[in-house]
Amino acid sequence: MSDLAWIDATLAAARPQAVAALLRYFRDLDFAEEAVQEACLRALRTWPQNGPPRDPAAWLIMVGRNSGIDETRRRAKLAPLPAEELLSDLGDAEDDLAERLDGNHYRDDVLRLLFICCHPELPATQQVALALRIVSGLSVPQIARAFLVSDAAMEQRITRAKSRIARASIPFETPGAVERAERLAAVAAMIYLLFNEGYSATGADAGARRPLCDEAIRLARLLLRLFQTEPEIMGLLALLLLQHARSAARLDADGAIILMDDQDRTLWNPTMIAEGLALIDKAMRHRRPGPYLVQAAIAALHARANRPQDTDWGQIDLLYAMLEQLQPSPVVTLNRAVAVSKVRGPGAALAMIEPLGQRLSGYFHFFGLKGALLSDLGRTEEARIAFGQAIALASSAAEAAHIRQHLDRLQREGGAPPQSNGSAA
Amino acid sequence: MLYAILCYHSEDVVCSWSKEEDDAVMAKLMTVHEKLEKDGRLGPVARLLPTTAATTLRKDQDPPLVIDGPFAETKEQLLGFYVVEFDTLEEALDAARELGRANPGGAYEIRPIALFHPGSVGP
Repeated sequence: MSDLAWIDATLAAARPQAVAALLRYFRDLDFAEEAVQEACLRALRTWPQNGPPRDPAAWLIMVGRNSGIDETRRRAKLAPLPAEELLSDLGDAEDDLAERLDGNHYRDDVLRLLFICCHPELPATQQVALALRIVSGLSVPQIARAFLVSDAAMEQRITRAKSRIARASIPFETPGAVERAERLAAVAAMIYLLFNEGYSATGADAGARRPLCDEAIRLARLLLRLFQTEPEIMGLLALLLLQHARSAARLDADGAIILMDDQDRTLWNPTMIAEGLALIDKAMRHRRPGPYLVQAAIAALHARANRPQDTDWGQIDLLYAMLEQLQPSPVVTLNRAVAVSKVRGPGAALAMIEPLGQRLSGYFHFFGLKGALLSDLGRTEEARIAFGQAIALASSAAEAAHIRQHLDRLQREGGAPPQSNGSAA
Repeated sequence: MLYAILCYHSEDVVCSWSKEEDDAVMAKLMTVHEKLEKDGRLGPVARLLPTTAATTLRKDQDPPLVIDGPFAETKEQLLGFYVVEFDTLEEALDAARELGRANPGGAYEIRPIALFHPGSVGP
């Protein structure tokens, strides 16, 4: 790894702490961002000669704070406004800076920064874009590329998000236990959203959006390091790792989805799987499973199976039943039905999803699974109708192409049951 | 004399390597390993999973306390290590508890191993 690449990685790793600490210090997001920017530029100038500092985040905070204070003084001279408000707690901050730098005290700062990005007033896409810009430090063109929009459109999206949160009040007091838990849940949801922005991409865009998955994993890791005893954060990181472990096997050369049954499992990433499994093991000791941990446990059962036929569908059925309790949703029931079809047959699964028809009448995967179950049962004509509805609802060429494969198979086999049904990849 | 070489690096940096970067580093290390192995100098090699996967057993109290996360004290030093094989973390913790009863004080960090090569050196 070259010097510059090492410095880049170090700066990226230290950035969330640095922005978060300077935000608390200056109480202004733009100001904190600029101060970190300035500190990073100085790091690029001085680190190659002097070597990296022992604690890069502390270095950035120190240098960023000083450059921010210089800037405040300069502004104060340009426009004789009282800067006291901005500078009022500099003395206190200086005193406890050394203590705060020892790590543990960062956690509420970083959580606050992440929490600001997922402010409930912001639409989901703005939350994710803002987090990538501020917390991860990705450039606007990088984010624009990942979201497949123009630089100008992304710039506008981020500016709009920033002005919305500037109007909302940022909570600077140290959160209580309940508040902290709420923030943590909101931040976890935002990180999962970010991951799915990358994970759900198919076709030619998949490569450009993949870094979103890596970034989500990095943020989940950061969060877990700050909140080491939270089983749901262990579950979240495990879930992301176990899903991402399959990424090399999930899409074909054209970017179309390969179903899990048909994936080349030797392409699954064993290190990510090992880490995911270890995290689940650790989280299970707390004996209070939440939705992320249960989903991770489901992903783990897939990851443990060397061949599709080795999958423990009975256990997956039980875990989905648990998830239905924790987080009732027709989509969870739909996923459970895939496991049920393997354990108790397509008839039982069809009976399970039929009551969902109304609520999932606009959901591609509902008709995809319904079609697959009907064709398993030999009800070819009804299967064709369901597949037709699925194609009409497909949101990408890859989804439509996948259903067309089912239809072609029905055509070829003249209604004989196909080998696999539509379990999600 | 047998020597242990303990590997330290910034986890943030190593975890941010792409698979290609990671593979490239491992390939370069592998050539060094092969040379050491050919010379009969290589003992067990282990690469640990990140500290986020670690659990710590504090054995300076009875019963010992299990803490999520890596060993974090700076006033104690790394004095040795074991490699054990179990199906679950709970069983590994039981083994650590038993070791702790034989040698109270300090702590054990239990960290899953990502890559293990048994080597061929012995006393």
